[in-house]
Amino acid sequence: MTSTEPDPGQVAVVAFAQSRHARATEGLSEVEMLLPVLRDVLGQTGLSTGQIDFTCSGSSDYLAGRPFSFTMALDGVGAWPPIAESHVETDGAWALYEAWVKLLTGEAETALVYSYGKSSVGDLPEVLTRQLDPYCLAPLWPDSVSLAALQARALLDAEATSERELAGIAARSRAAAADNPHAQVRGTSPDAATLLADAYVTQPLRRHDLPPVSDGAAAVVLATGRTARRLTSRPAWIRGMDHRIEAHSPGARDLTRSPSTRLAAEHAGLFDPGAPPVDVAELHAPFTAQEVVLRDALRLGEGTAVNPSGGPLTANPVMAAGLIRIGEAAARIARGEARRAVAHATSGPCLQQNLVAVLESDGPAEDGSAAGGSAEDGLVKDGSVEDGQGGEGV
Amino acid sequence: MSNSEVPSGRGRGKEPVAVVGVGQTKHVAARRDVSLAGLVREAARRALEDAELTWGDVDAVVIGKAPDFFEGVMMPELYLADALGAVGKPMLRVHTAGSVGGSTALVAANLVAARVHRTVLTLAFEKQSESNAMWGLSLPVPFQQPLLAGAGGFFAPHVRAYMHRTSAPGHIGALVAYKDRRNALKNPYAHLHEEDITLEKVRSSPMLWDPVRYSETCPSSDGACAMVLTDRAGAARTPRPPAWMHGGAMRSEPTLFAGKDAVSPRAGSDCAADVYRQAGITEPRREIDAVEMYVPFSWYEPMWLENLGFAKEGQGWTMTESGATELDGDLPVNPSGGVLSTNPIGASGMLRFAEAALQVRGLAGAHQVEGARRALGHAYGGGSQFFSMWLVAADPPTS
Amino acid sequence: MDDVLTAPMVVEFPFTRSLGPVLSAFLTGLRERTVLGVTAADGRVVVPPTEYDPVTAEEIRDLVEVGQRGTVTTWAWNGAPRRGQPLAHPFAWVLVRLDGADTALLHALDAPEGPDSVTTGMRVRVRWAQERTGAITDIACFEPAPHDTPLRGRPTSHPGTFAEPVTSLVAAARLDYTYSPGRAQTRYLNALAEHRTKGERCPECRKVYVPPRGACPTCGVATGEQVEVGPAGTVTTFCVVNIKAKGLDIEVPYVYGHIALDGAGLALHGRVAGIPYDQVRMGLRVEPVWTEGGRHPDHYRPTGEPDAAYETYKELL
Repeated sequence: MTSTEPDPGQVAVVAFAQSRHARATEGLSEVEMLLPVLRDVLGQTGLSTGQIDFTCSGSSDYLAGRPFSFTMALDGVGAWPPIAESHVETDGAWALYEAWVKLLTGEAETALVYSYGKSSVGDLPEVLTRQLDPYCLAPLWPDSVSLAALQARALLDAEATSERELAGIAARSRAAAADNPHAQVRGTSPDAATLLADAYVTQPLRRHDLPPVSDGAAAVVLATGRTARRLTSRPAWIRGMDHRIEAHSPGARDLTRSPSTRLAAEHAGLFDPGAPPVDVAELHAPFTAQEVVLRDALRLGEGTAVNPSGGPLTANPVMAAGLIRIGEAAARIARGEARRAVAHATSGPCLQQNLVAVLESDGPAEDGSAAGGSAEDGLVKDGSVEDGQGGEGV
Repeated sequence: MSNSEVPSGRGRGKEPVAVVGVGQTKHVAARRDVSLAGLVREAARRALEDAELTWGDVDAVVIGKAPDFFEGVMMPELYLADALGAVGKPMLRVHTAGSVGGSTALVAANLVAARVHRTVLTLAFEKQSESNAMWGLSLPVPFQQPLLAGAGGFFAPHVRAYMHRTSAPGHIGALVAYKDRRNALKNPYAHLHEEDITLEKVRSSPMLWDPVRYSETCPSSDGACAMVLTDRAGAARTPRPPAWMHGGAMRSEPTLFAGKDAVSPRAGSDCAADVYRQAGITEPRREIDAVEMYVPFSWYEPMWLENLGFAKEGQGWTMTESGATELDGDLPVNPSGGVLSTNPIGASGMLRFAEAALQVRGLAGAHQVEGARRALGHAYGGGSQFFSMWLVAADPPTS
Repeated sequence: MDDVLTAPMVVEFPFTRSLGPVLSAFLTGLRERTVLGVTAADGRVVVPPTEYDPVTAEEIRDLVEVGQRGTVTTWAWNGAPRRGQPLAHPFAWVLVRLDGADTALLHALDAPEGPDSVTTGMRVRVRWAQERTGAITDIACFEPAPHDTPLRGRPTSHPGTFAEPVTSLVAAARLDYTYSPGRAQTRYLNALAEHRTKGERCPECRKVYVPPRGACPTCGVATGEQVEVGPAGTVTTFCVVNIKAKGLDIEVPYVYGHIALDGAGLALHGRVAGIPYDQVRMGLRVEPVWTEGGRHPDHYRPTGEPDAAYETYKELL
């Protein structure tokens, strides 16, 4: 079924762009950080803002420290004449979900999705305490690293993982990021044994178990059916997408499992009988131990390459990191490196809320180099798109 | 898509969307008797009761509110997930400034229209008493001049520009405030219940931001509003008349830009035109029976009447002056009392949408517009830049 | 670019939180050294209690009193406590299942012997704060309870009523940010410090943005070419402010105006003074007045030129 012509309601990722994520952007305002990413993603499709039917973004006022911070970012879009536009106060993966639903209604054929976050302006672990239950949790100021450490300890106690396995996840992620010019933690990748020699940051977590603090932005263009084909020769079709939430309090949950991820994956069709194997998984696991939980929830086996981009352990621009997972998974498909990929995004303490998207190419995966292009190129452009125009009806 | 709850509906056009449940809290300056969870649950429970559904009947929750700084909780939907019965379900949070209540409803409606879900609970709230609205709106930012004039000062110059442009006489704003506050007396949920309101009292209230008087401004409220949206099958089972969505749209334009018309923003008129096109409306003044529009300062009624195509350019104030927008006029505007009487910011837009639905369901109680068949709900926010609207009707869409 | 302006930005507010019935009982209970939970529909005891069933979302109100000792279900060692956290010296974060409860409560464990003394499954007990106000911090922390054995049996029902119940709390919250206005606004602000107003021109639509924000909002492209505007401009519209704004030392009434500086593509906002407030009008020609040490103009005053015609500024409101 994956090699047949998609029906008109089918939606694909046709372009993806992201910034070079950094500990702190050099004095750029949010819109200054976002603008080149928007130009890049639109440039890949040849579409102008006016040819986009729907725009949706994700960001957080608390991250920026300013109310209505997203209104400034809109300056980068060029919303004139007025555009159909919406915003979610969470990771851009959910903005993509909103846009996907909009496209499924048939009211729009193309959508621009973007998100951004400058974690550097505040003290991120402290800022994130403000998203906890304001009566019984937030007054204790439990930082996000400590909460992740509680989850990691629960997994170690349950013998679901080991500190050595966690170090291995970190080492693998860093090695993978060596090929990703957008990643922040790159270059030499010490092996697990070397990493394990480090002292604890928040026991049982060591430095390598934590994501870097990152500033960054990402953008995706979605399109339906024939329009998607006009815009790229290799659309990454979204075969299913779903997200689920769990109880808020970490003390009310089994932190070693992620039933919401499992449920979302079921609804997204990840486990559909007869579906081809999953070649690539881009998981929004900012902490090493969370990858263990997610692999289990998504039933990923040895045949699936997890976070070949390096994942959030090598660049974690909060509010964009989830959208980047979808973009990275789509880019693998666009480059012919994967036939079927799963992308995951999370929100809230200890994986409270999870989104799963299943992406597929039209045909079988080719050899990694067949489609040409490097990680930097993003998606391959369609030669049939002329004069930078996206075709009629867009 | 392999969502097991619903068969794929692609290629069959959009699923019609029905409003089968509406609930709201009693809106007051400070709801000191409830937690944040208690506030949102009060509205949600009433919406479910109206629809005669239970928490278990809901497939997904879409929630909206204005800036998180108002309550000092970042992404409060995370904490509210259990309170709203969302555990194991999708929960989505929308934030589009003042228009958010409307946008949230539209995002929820799309889930039904796209056949992703059958029954969706949508909710918007603000508990402004947890902090201070002016603080939340204008946190001090280094290097910037402090806001010199407060919230009203931001809008009053545009009112003056409107008056200049249309030669409107100075008393029009007071007529709107007097009407909306009297309408609020018929709405048990409204925040302001000024039993002894008179036109003279409005006209003699203190001039805060000349040309805007105290009585022409909105209050600051705690409150929540919820709706249950469902598909055709859900509507067929519902015990009370549904409201059918015939059109819905969002439009945005930048905050400030060269050539912006803050009096009649193009995003507003484009948004209305899109909704009318979807609903097949060519003469809004004649074909629409009631309007719930977002009027935070009295003068925005005549301004929006023009922007939304109910009056010719420059004639909005004459329409207000003629009494056409009164509860018994030919186009009642804000029969609920509107934002001028109730303003839990994040919920204010959804209240407009919900009140429009109540009108066409015939369930608006004492502020019911006789025989209302089609109603417009309108919300806007930011620097008059974000717009969301829907048109609901008593009859299902034909196409 | 190291010359970009930055400054500390503090976001701080004492939030007032009303509690509702269940949280009121729970937090008043803590004040009275009593820990309450609530029984859910499936019989599980939830601590801290919620107003709603965690599974069905139905309202629940059956409060019970649970033990003040419990078992650690997971922990993490916090070697460098942060502002606001329960203990100032290194401690363990713990999830504790109190005796009689089926969910775990998050808090701090004071473990003076360090991380090696902390294990999952260890027994701990509540250490009450000396001064208790009805807040989660009335539990100062937990402390090890060696050789303790779990209490068996179901918790006892509790009416949840106390004398002088706590109905709200004040949650002070401070976050510290480092704000940067970005490159375009830095250029603008640096020029302002020299009492010059510099906008930036959009390379596509050629409009001049004052202040510049890094992008032309209608074209979605970066602005860069600096253009000095003003100093004089036209009041395009205004209001008269009659209420004193908090923290602003300006006598009312005063005029808050939209001012289109000559050469700018849109109006900026400022105070108009040097003229009686009731004589300010649309079209009035004004110029900026800086005061000693001020970066932004303190106000704009009339230039004495004839008023601008409406046609010349009607697009700049």
